[in-house]
Amino acid sequence: MREKIEVAAARYPDQRSAIMPALLIAQKEHGHLPGPVLEEVADILGVERIWVYELATFYTLFRIEPVGVFHLQLCDNVSCMLRGSEDLLRHLEAVLGIKKDGTTLDGLFTLSTVECLGACEMAPVMQVGDDYHGGLDIARIDALLERLRAMTGQAIGADPATTTPPGE
Amino acid sequence: MTEPVLLRNVDMPDGHLLATYEAGGGYQALAKAVHEHTPDEIIDLVKKSNLRGRGGAGFPTGMKWSFVPKRAGKPKYLCCNADEGEPGTFKDRIIMERDPHQLIEGMAISGYAIGAETAYVYIRGEYALAIRRLEQALAEAHAKGYLGKRILGSDFNFTVHIHCGAGAYICGEETAMLDALEGKRAQPRLKPPFPAVEGLYASPTVINNVETLACVPHIVARGPDWFRGIGPDKSPGPKLYCLSGQVRKPGLYELPMGIPLRELVEDHAGGPLPGRKIKAVIPGGVSAPLIPERGLDVGMDFDSLAAAGSMLGSAGVIVIDDSTCMVKVATRIIEFFHHESCGKCTPCREGLNWVVKVLRRVEAGQGGPGDLEQLEALCKGIFGNTFCALGDGAAMGLRAALTHFEHEFVAHIEERRCPFH
Ligand SMILES: Cc1cc2nc3c(=O)[nH]c(=O)nc-3n(C[C@H](O)[C@H](O)[C@H](O)COP(=O)(O)O)c2cc1C
Ligand code: SF4
Ligand code: FES
Repeated sequence: MREKIEVAAARYPDQRSAIMPALLIAQKEHGHLPGPVLEEVADILGVERIWVYELATFYTLFRIEPVGVFHLQLCDNVSCMLRGSEDLLRHLEAVLGIKKDGTTLDGLFTLSTVECLGACEMAPVMQVGDDYHGGLDIARIDALLERLRAMTGQAIGADPATTTPPGE
Repeated sequence: MTEPVLLRNVDMPDGHLLATYEAGGGYQALAKAVHEHTPDEIIDLVKKSNLRGRGGAGFPTGMKWSFVPKRAGKPKYLCCNADEGEPGTFKDRIIMERDPHQLIEGMAISGYAIGAETAYVYIRGEYALAIRRLEQALAEAHAKGYLGKRILGSDFNFTVHIHCGAGAYICGEETAMLDALEGKRAQPRLKPPFPAVEGLYASPTVINNVETLACVPHIVARGPDWFRGIGPDKSPGPKLYCLSGQVRKPGLYELPMGIPLRELVEDHAGGPLPGRKIKAVIPGGVSAPLIPERGLDVGMDFDSLAAAGSMLGSAGVIVIDDSTCMVKVATRIIEFFHHESCGKCTPCREGLNWVVKVLRRVEAGQGGPGDLEQLEALCKGIFGNTFCALGDGAAMGLRAALTHFEHEFVAHIEERRCPFH
């Protein structure tokens, strides 16, 4: 992590500018940003800890709390709403047995809604990890969930102790 | 204009690679700029082209560049605004994913014109594919000598860095973006000083949108008269329109500035979904006041839309049909602005909070007789009293919905339910 952060910091005349890229690097590595990671980032860059905390809590892509293995981020802004995102949210809540902002007991899925993902031509859209999934309907959501479960080689209801969220 | 300009590489399988870009004449405009023109001549070409910023405000690009002091004694910066957070907008993502060299060439020429050696692309963090493609393209351009030291044998040095955003719509506002780049919480700055004089690290800085910068190589290659010949003289050029919502063929369309909104929606994007009728269209992202169906003959350019009480904004065209409740659309839009309010000024932070409460109550069929007057009063209190355009945009959008669809708001209150459920 240190090395990557130092490479990023070299792009700026001021170390403070590197906090945002450093936090993105740290989050990729740890899955989320608990206090000790924030302190490590501050130490690597040699900047005030409060500056790092301030950004970690202001910007919406930074996560202080851990999330599931797959973070389902369903867009519910206008263009997606006009193409049925509300039905998809209700369906996801029903099949996963959780409410928006919740995580399944097995730690596999966290469900959130997000503002416009900038991909309204394929509305309704959901981001999972780095990938956008567009043109969604209930059948496609079900197929996607199946694929994601298959990736971890287990079904919903598996022993939570055997699922390791990233960075834990 | 039948032949695409900005989208000419976008549908090619390898449109994002340098070889494809060069095969179509790519980077020849940069060579022409650094070998045949002085920086001031480039600024002049862009001024003569009447290019206006594609990020939303439509400010003349050449004029913006001419505000940068010639001798500053400080480094100058170019920032590309690739934050693209305006709901309904996806044009910059598609350029960066499928033709990133077009943006890089535009940035290099713009950097040469304003005397900047360093540039940052502020790109929203969600755009993983665009970020990868842009990184790859920057590496290719460096290896070929289109970026770096002594570009194409000239005295011009230029480096482009990527800065990934981490959420927060307000980062798209140019001075908030500068704060974000400096590693602070993004909040708009007081102007003046304008960024051209005192921007990033208190140095002269030009901020331009992705599509604006992508226009620059074409202006240099084909001349300002060609550019000005497309669409209205005061608001010309090829333009990207993002079509989404309840329309048959959502997607990105390149057409001249000034094309009638009706033609765009009905002919190019295929009109409403089967069995439905268009009720209203938002022409420029959710910050732009909606236009009811009878107003669709308006031209899609900065001046015509302003005269019609709306704006071109980001050209995010969202189509709404007769199956949709306008109270719900208005509520979702104001919820968005409330969520994204940076909290710096009270009319926006507190006013929008209040507006959301009233709208939610009306939408749920629990509104009371005074609620519409309350909403009007809140719009009046917010509009013109906020620190940046976010609050104004919210108030203008709500006002348009109240004016054109008052009957739907009234029906919710009188019937004590949503008539669309
Ligand atoms: C709340 C708010 C959000 C904005 N978001 C964006 C954006 O996502 N992308 C963009 O290019 N401009 C955005 N703008 C406009 C910028 O402030 C700025 O005018 C623009 O980047 C200048 O580039 P241009 O002259 O090339 O259009 C936003 C403005 C406001 C007030
Ligand atoms: S209008 Fe809203 S977003 Fe703009 S400065 Fe005020 S609080 Fe922040
Ligand atoms: S509204 Fe969902 S991607 Fe734009």
